[in-house]
Amino acid sequence: MNREEIIQAIKDIITTIAPDEDLSSLTEGERLRDQIELDSMDFLDIVMELRKRYGVQVPEDDYKELATLEGCANYLLPLMANATANA
Amino acid sequence: MGTQRVDTLIIGAGMSGLAAGIRLAQFAEGPGTVAILERHALPGGLNSYYKRRGRRLDTGLHALTNFAERGTRGAPLTRMLRQLRIGWEELRLAPQGHSQICFPDLTLRFSNDFALLEQEVARAFPSQVDAFRTLAARIAEMPLEPVLENDPGARAVLTDIFTEPLLIEALMLPACYYGSARVNDMYWGSFAILFRSLFLEGFALPEGGIKPLLDILVKRFEEAGGELRMNCGVASINVEGGRVQGVVLDNGDTIQCERILSSAGWVETARLADFPERAADDAGQLAFTETLLVLDRPAHTFGLDAAVTFYNLDDCFDWSPPTAAVGTRSGVLCSPDNYTWPAGAAERAPDSGLVRATALANHSAWSSMEEQRYATQKIHWAELVLDAASTFVPDPRPFELWRDSFTPNTITRYTGHDHGAIYGSPDKRPDGRTGVEGLYLCGTDQGLLGIVGALLSGITMANAHVLAAPSHS
Repeated sequence: MNREEIIQAIKDIITTIAPDEDLSSLTEGERLRDQIELDSMDFLDIVMELRKRYGVQVPEDDYKELATLEGCANYLLPLMANATANA
Repeated sequence: MGTQRVDTLIIGAGMSGLAAGIRLAQFAEGPGTVAILERHALPGGLNSYYKRRGRRLDTGLHALTNFAERGTRGAPLTRMLRQLRIGWEELRLAPQGHSQICFPDLTLRFSNDFALLEQEVARAFPSQVDAFRTLAARIAEMPLEPVLENDPGARAVLTDIFTEPLLIEALMLPACYYGSARVNDMYWGSFAILFRSLFLEGFALPEGGIKPLLDILVKRFEEAGGELRMNCGVASINVEGGRVQGVVLDNGDTIQCERILSSAGWVETARLADFPERAADDAGQLAFTETLLVLDRPAHTFGLDAAVTFYNLDDCFDWSPPTAAVGTRSGVLCSPDNYTWPAGAAERAPDSGLVRATALANHSAWSSMEEQRYATQKIHWAELVLDAASTFVPDPRPFELWRDSFTPNTITRYTGHDHGAIYGSPDKRPDGRTGVEGLYLCGTDQGLLGIVGALLSGITMANAHVLAAPSHS
């Protein structure tokens, strides 16, 4: 997966766990929880979905890397380079 | 059958067990991840249903507290639905009209609009309303999780805030009835949770009562790959070297597991795991009787128009086990007829024309009664409870078709909770830990309350002890 595909994968996961949120105006550099309603329980779900869908393990100490879409892309790119989109 | 193996076993298919199960099944990577073991033939535990004379009746549900409109940010209902991936619309919630708190010289009405209660307090206690607003604002800022360490007790906090004793009694009455396992007080942390769920948020009922909600939960669990075993009671929990190994079922089969989430209650779980001495003094003492009156017309048509009426016969509210079989000094009368059902739903609501009357009971008086006396005592006490309630609301008995009553014995039989104590042990364990590795509590003894609270209890325990646990990889 490339950078854009990873960001889309994260947005797809957020749509699954928070279907009421409007993701059309999300910016990549701003913290996700400042733009939409996501609490720590939701971040756990993002991590669990990454694991279920792409087999990616994110240790708890690294959750902070996922605070922004940009952070997600940077952190996940090496881990998901070989993953297939639409898994 | 011999021995089987499952990663996580959940004891009890009540609200907390089903919610925990859904969380684990949702992220399961194959079969054998999670199984729920339920002793009875129907799910729900305390919040189940049964059939009498062709009519389906809910066992425990007075109201779904924590009502919030669709998508309300940060609300417990929103969080619960999101974690379980259930759409708000699926619950088909009907909000209450209004409810009331009644003392001999005081009536406080409240609704899902907090402004009503604020006005009522301002009218009845003009000198207290500023303090009341401050209390509400303080509670709105408190965390949603129960924080019970160094808890000062609700009475002590309220006595610091208010100078009118009757207002304190009026706030304690509904809070205790909807969730205090402590005699004559409750945790301040629990009071805050209840104040939010009863007054800041409010009451609703799912269309059709508890069964459609249970159907949604069971379906979600099974579709995600979870295994639900009904008529499957746990006889004991095996612990070796301080670590959970598995369970022995009532039929003698064994299941091995990594961990157990038990909604059986703290005292009951300690007994299953054979360390009863650690929980010996923690059994709950507060039990209830309830009489369901099936009526020939909706309650509001003869003036009984409150969704829930909390009443107390004098100015001092006593929250302790009665010395007689039933305490008639206080109680709760509620009716599913007094909710705003969407157009077309009223005739489909199976509970139309129903009143429930609830009062405190003495569990040992009921458990030691011989059978014949038990039957006559049920009738005797139901009349006295309805006499007491009818000093505050129109008497429903002239419109009665038939009735059914339950006692603490009934609760013990169907929920497995000692003493029929529906709010469990006064010793709450918010983190769910038991001192045994791999054995955790969920449900009422974790300290969350109401249907939404019970579901969140299962969710938070599955998250904390399984999904986010460091060993889980």
